[in-house]
Amino acid sequence: MAGAIGGGRSVSGVYRPVRRWLLLPSWLVIGFFLLAPVGIMLVYSFLTKEFRGGVIWEFSLAAYDQFLFDRGIFGDDPPTMEWTYINIILRSVIQAAIATLVCLIIGFPTAFFIATRPPETRTIWLFLITVPYWVNLLIRTMSMKFLIRDNGPLNEGLMALGLISEPLPLVNTDLAVQLGLFYSYLPFMVLPIYAAVERYNFALSEAAADLYADRWTILRRVVLPAVAPGIAAGCILVFVPSLGAFLAPDLLGGAKNWMIGSLIEDQFKGAAGNWPFGAAASMILLSMVLVALFFYARSQSREQA
Amino acid sequence: MGFDSSDQSMASGTRVTTPAISVRNVIKRYGTVTALKGASLEIHDNEFFTLLGPSGCGKTTLLRLIAGFEDITEGEIHLFGDEIATLPPNQRPVNTVFQQYALFPHMTVAENVAFGLMCLKRSKTETDTRVAAMLDLVKLGDYAARRPSQLSGGQQQRVALARAMAPGPKVLLLDEPLSALDLKLRQAMRVELKQLQQDTGITFVFVTHDQEEALTMSDRIAVMSDGEIQQIGGAHEIYERPVNRFVADFIGETNLLDVTVEAVEDQACQCRLPGGAVMTASTGGKTSVGHQGHVSIRPERIGIGTTGSGRLEGTIEHQIYLGTDTQHIVRLDDGTHLTARTQNADEAQVTPNLGERASLVIDPGAIRLLVD
Repeated sequence: MAGAIGGGRSVSGVYRPVRRWLLLPSWLVIGFFLLAPVGIMLVYSFLTKEFRGGVIWEFSLAAYDQFLFDRGIFGDDPPTMEWTYINIILRSVIQAAIATLVCLIIGFPTAFFIATRPPETRTIWLFLITVPYWVNLLIRTMSMKFLIRDNGPLNEGLMALGLISEPLPLVNTDLAVQLGLFYSYLPFMVLPIYAAVERYNFALSEAAADLYADRWTILRRVVLPAVAPGIAAGCILVFVPSLGAFLAPDLLGGAKNWMIGSLIEDQFKGAAGNWPFGAAASMILLSMVLVALFFYARSQSREQA
Repeated sequence: MGFDSSDQSMASGTRVTTPAISVRNVIKRYGTVTALKGASLEIHDNEFFTLLGPSGCGKTTLLRLIAGFEDITEGEIHLFGDEIATLPPNQRPVNTVFQQYALFPHMTVAENVAFGLMCLKRSKTETDTRVAAMLDLVKLGDYAARRPSQLSGGQQQRVALARAMAPGPKVLLLDEPLSALDLKLRQAMRVELKQLQQDTGITFVFVTHDQEEALTMSDRIAVMSDGEIQQIGGAHEIYERPVNRFVADFIGETNLLDVTVEAVEDQACQCRLPGGAVMTASTGGKTSVGHQGHVSIRPERIGIGTTGSGRLEGTIEHQIYLGTDTQHIVRLDDGTHLTARTQNADEAQVTPNLGERASLVIDPGAIRLLVD
């Protein structure tokens, strides 16, 4: 290669050895932030737990076994299906799906509204959407709790107006968790849809109207297919973090409304202190997310074909 | 209203043909900008009618008002006698071919063409037959299953045409449909569009800034400028008898000379050039003695001869060989410049050379006095 005239030079005109080094940062990022953490979690999920955190380097399937089967208090009963954790996962999926749907229902018109403003005011609207996200997620979730608690502004206001006589019990309910998730992840829905609508050629809507389509037909047959990639991206960006969320369920949902994220957090930071079990739960969550993403990617590539 | 007019026409015994489109004193304002300053025109059934003008003249605005994409500020638009200016676009029985085609990218060619029929809730069999017929008409029968992105610009253009004609509109609106095509294709499409219009009998309202396009295809042309209709007429009329400076200058090339009207006759007048020469000009509008105006003379109507053969004399300053023609720029003795164009049909023809004195022979019917 080096001997030939012009050898070692790639099509892009950069010497191959140099080009290899230029790729180093991306390999480091992928290695350190993607492969290594997931690899460690995968390995830990197959190790034996040490009390009060940490692991013993001894292969064990106990974590996965504990997730799926109940073997009684002493661990020697015949295994029966353990529903507690599966139910938590199902709860998480349902909560995340509802949060995604609500974000979509609110986010789509919002994004459409912003994208159809004159260019100079669009920036202001986008700024308003993103401004709360400069505040830490914990603070935002806490302030949501203050807003909706029994003697918070919402209940006090409604009582002052005479609409209710007793404070609405909002804290520690699924509804509160939903509110927290919605508030946390709405921009992740709005921004990709906004980007798609902004690229949308409104002449297509005119053409559809010209061909006798009513508003509903225009939306369903022309606008939605054109902005579908933005909607899909928004749904993924909301669903995935909602599925693993632990702040909103913890602070707003209380102990009865756990989601899978809270369970995992408790294994590492909380009282449970079972690292292999937390790692196994993470792996199960991750594989679910990957399966969902796989189906999304397949539908995307089919659309392009 | 329809009752009254039909009664009248029956009583008089003559069938008055209703114009396909009648635009009456239409004004369109965007904030403080007035895009249309009171346009009125009538487009006949089966007519190829062109709105011609430079960008910003209001031609596209007028088309969009007819289609219903913009709200009218003042005035009325009638389609075969029915007021349509207040209807939303999806209730107006006109269809549009868009400048950038606006084909639905996620649908196949056939689905694009079927869209209008689907919205009109036509039966599956009727839709299929109609779509196939339309695709055959635009010679795209083999492309029904393709996506628009898999087609060339010219093919996309045909799909846009088929899509707009599929619902069977009485009037087809075309917004600069050829501007995105290259020259050869554009020239071929001109002939095809005209043929299509004649075969289908649909009224075409065609918007363009290209005067050649307008002259080759149109039955009648409305020349627009600055939100106003300047002149409406056939290609020949607009070229040969422009009413004002704008029309004379915009359509083709012309020489505009400052003149003073000396005497007015019926349909003609005597005009004096600054240099003193007097010539007879035809006139369309009213004029009066002493009026300071312009005459328009087309370059191809000016002949170049050796001195003594004509009434105007000057020196040839530039001579440009253009293949079929030669263009001569002559400086008259009073300092004004005139462009003349002679055909290179005869090798033996004697014309003065560059720098020589020349005499200009102007066809008497070619001098036109302009209103402004």
